[in-house]
Amino acid sequence: MNVDGIREMLQNGKSVEELVHSIFDKIEHSKLNAFVTLAKESALEEARRVDKHGAKGMLGGIPIGIKDSISTKGIQTTCCSKILEGYVPPYDAHVIERLKAEGAIIIGKTNMDEFAMGTSTETSRFGPARNPWDLSRVPGGSSGGSAAAVAGGEVPLALGSDTGGSVRCPASFCGVVGLKPTYGLVSRYGLIAYANSLEQIGPFAGNVKDVALLLDVISGYDSRDSTSMTKKCEYLKELKDDVSDVKIGVPKEFFGEGIDEKVEKAVWGGIKALEDMGASYTEISLPHTKYSLAVYYIIAMSEASSNLARFDGLRYGLRLGKDKDWHTTFSEIKAQGFGEEVKRRILLGTYALSAGYYGKYYLKALKVRTLIKRDFEFALKDTNVLITPTMPFPAFKIGEKIGEPLALYLADVNTVPINLAGVPSVSVPCGFAGKLPIGMQIIGRHFDEATILRTAYVFERNGGG
Amino acid sequence: MKEVIIGLEVHVQLNKLRSKLFCSCSTQYHDSEPDTHTCPVCLGLPGALPVTNGKAVDNAIKVALALNCNIEEWTMFYRKNYYYPDLVKGFQISQYDYPIATNGSISLDMEGGERIIRIKRVHMEEDPGKLVHVGTIDKSRYSLIDYNRSGMALLEVVTEPDLRTPKEARLFLNKLKNILEYLDVFDSSLEGSLRVDANISLAGGARAEIKNISSYKGVEKALLFEIVRQNNLVRRGVKVVQETRHFDEVRGITISLRTKEGEEDYRYFPEPDLVPITIADRVDDIKKTLPELPDAKRQRFVLQYGISDNHAKVLISELGLANFFETVATEVDANLSATWVADILKGELNYRDLDISAFSPNHMVQILQVLKKDTITENGAVQVIRTILDEGGTPSEIVKIKSKDLLKMDVDASENITLRVIEENPGAFQDFCKGKNEAMHFLMGQVMKETHGTVNRSTVIELLNKSKKEKLQNAPDNHREA
Ligand SMILES: [Zn+2]
Repeated sequence: MNVDGIREMLQNGKSVEELVHSIFDKIEHSKLNAFVTLAKESALEEARRVDKHGAKGMLGGIPIGIKDSISTKGIQTTCCSKILEGYVPPYDAHVIERLKAEGAIIIGKTNMDEFAMGTSTETSRFGPARNPWDLSRVPGGSSGGSAAAVAGGEVPLALGSDTGGSVRCPASFCGVVGLKPTYGLVSRYGLIAYANSLEQIGPFAGNVKDVALLLDVISGYDSRDSTSMTKKCEYLKELKDDVSDVKIGVPKEFFGEGIDEKVEKAVWGGIKALEDMGASYTEISLPHTKYSLAVYYIIAMSEASSNLARFDGLRYGLRLGKDKDWHTTFSEIKAQGFGEEVKRRILLGTYALSAGYYGKYYLKALKVRTLIKRDFEFALKDTNVLITPTMPFPAFKIGEKIGEPLALYLADVNTVPINLAGVPSVSVPCGFAGKLPIGMQIIGRHFDEATILRTAYVFERNGGG
Repeated sequence: MKEVIIGLEVHVQLNKLRSKLFCSCSTQYHDSEPDTHTCPVCLGLPGALPVTNGKAVDNAIKVALALNCNIEEWTMFYRKNYYYPDLVKGFQISQYDYPIATNGSISLDMEGGERIIRIKRVHMEEDPGKLVHVGTIDKSRYSLIDYNRSGMALLEVVTEPDLRTPKEARLFLNKLKNILEYLDVFDSSLEGSLRVDANISLAGGARAEIKNISSYKGVEKALLFEIVRQNNLVRRGVKVVQETRHFDEVRGITISLRTKEGEEDYRYFPEPDLVPITIADRVDDIKKTLPELPDAKRQRFVLQYGISDNHAKVLISELGLANFFETVATEVDANLSATWVADILKGELNYRDLDISAFSPNHMVQILQVLKKDTITENGAVQVIRTILDEGGTPSEIVKIKSKDLLKMDVDASENITLRVIEENPGAFQDFCKGKNEAMHFLMGQVMKETHGTVNRSTVIELLNKSKKEKLQNAPDNHREA
């Protein structure tokens, strides 16, 4: 299911209402557990409106799934956490306003790791989402529901959010295209924060063209996000079948220990294929990569410990029977409302920011982050894209790693440096390990989404993936 | 008695701004229902992001300039993490390292001469919501929260421990308020516009921090209480411990809240949703917009209008009063204006708990003009002021209606009455002609009684002297007798 296909269907006489009905029917019979809240009424109402007045806007009549971390007015938004049970935002996130303005139809909210803290969508209070390629396996995380919904043909488009790989990891595991934009390209207004200085909302689709289209809709300056920037171009227009100017850098640190052999082979195959299509490549080094995981987890957990302080059940979210005094009430709500992984990260983050430790951890992490950023800037002077495996291995079994938080943290090794550097990166399908998809990560210069999308597009068109 | 050491942390609301510090909600909530001036940002709803109000930064720079501070090249916000039910996000956006300004001062005019109070730092932060209790905080069974105040821009002014008496602390606050009102960034009449944390210790002892005192008088009262309490401890040989105390306005006492061991770790870190703000490039433009400040105005009043420093000091204590004086002084004699505005009008206003906006400078000009023309007496002018304040009306209307009491009698009428008094009191007049002072006072008293004080003393004396002269010319016998 892709945007062009749907447009053709609609042109051939199918109504948007029929389309939306069939989508809900599919979701309701699905085993993927990709959607956690459906917006049936508003979606059908909007579908009928489009049928009556015609499809308008860049996404007129096109259905889309939204990660449960993005605020949707009138539709319950919980970050798949018990603590936000029943919270219905009174306002739309910037990206939702943009989607509505361009005529998209919001189908519902997709499954995710609780507060986006995970790599498998197993920590959701709604239960794990499943990988369409193998239902016993995870779809990746944290935006697992969005990737599974697209891969499973439930919706052509979906939005996720990527703090340390949360779009690219599930895109890789589910064999779809997922982009983490440059920090500042897409407004975060309305995205429930996990780690503010790292995350971006990003698009999912079955192909590069649709990702570029969705990026066109959601990107650009928003005065409500102080870190938001003006975009330089329209991305769909920039897609050309030409990579002759593309100079690929292959950072050796991303092919090291812990990378599955089949994955490594597939990605090298992808690089060679691009070379055949006219690109060139050189092997390069990003020397501070080894500190990335430590730096990432300190920054992310520190920011998270502060971001999640507001959930006290006082104004919205979980309530527990009889209220006691404020201190007891909010302590009990937090104890029961947050899951294990969330509590672990709040505790570690609180520790890292405490008096006497701030300089040792948080401040030091910020300094090393600057070095990592410089690595990328330096490497991307002589090259215009970097290519690496997205994930070190294909999708693992549900339950296989959930008991080992550290092993799960290590899975982010190739995705977190990109968030630390703030550069854009797209994951495209690049072959299989058995019947499980492999993802290739194409990283670009700040605000140069055009080049990485074009590289991905050429790769996809010429038989990659 | 040991030396007293006081430092203040003053939180003032920048309540002249149109919108809050990080959202576009209106600041005009004081007469509104709870929670009607809120949005996702100031309610701290998940996903909402702050955006700094540039005007708030400009106002903060204005204050920093007026307090003679060093203004930093750039400034940034931090998160101050703590839990309290009025705090919607579980942290307050405040400043920590890189505050907007440091190292300023305020000069106080004390009996013993000028005192310089050093300002350590000035920083911006957001106001939490307001807790409302039925009865008192310790008796109420529940708390209500009004989030209208949440996100209002606060400026925290921190002094060095340079204050030595509770009175100095009060004068410092008055001076600060005075400066802020001159800058047009602060309206002290609004509820919750000022809150003070006061640090106080006796030389060599531990300090107590009295939190959240919400009135100017409260600060002086709390400090006076604290001096007595700490002195009593010292006298009894008990060690003063470092602690945070609460001031109970009703009972006028301070109560221990927590000792040093219970101090919170605020886990400050840079607010990731905001970017550092470069301010150095704005300072010059803002400097140009700075109005004349109280100290400068006081000097100018003395030089330009030739009025006394005491009058100037009273007149500049409120910007409205100073402007009122200048309007009046350009129309009528400056010294007369100063006396009537600073001494008489100010007194009448204070008596009625009114401010200068209750009286029109035009009316003052008219009153002083008729007074100068000798059409009414001083007493009459005071009556006109009182009538305007109590009943309304304009000076000319009042003078017309109450002419019997207020109008200065014309010279003929005065003469008739004076001559009648002379006729009715021949003995006294005789004595007067002999140069007896008491006789003059007696006759004057009689004339004043008859005219209800509506004639000028000098006119009466003139008339008496004229009669004396006539008498001496017409009655040479009497003259010889004398
Ligand atoms: Zn607001």
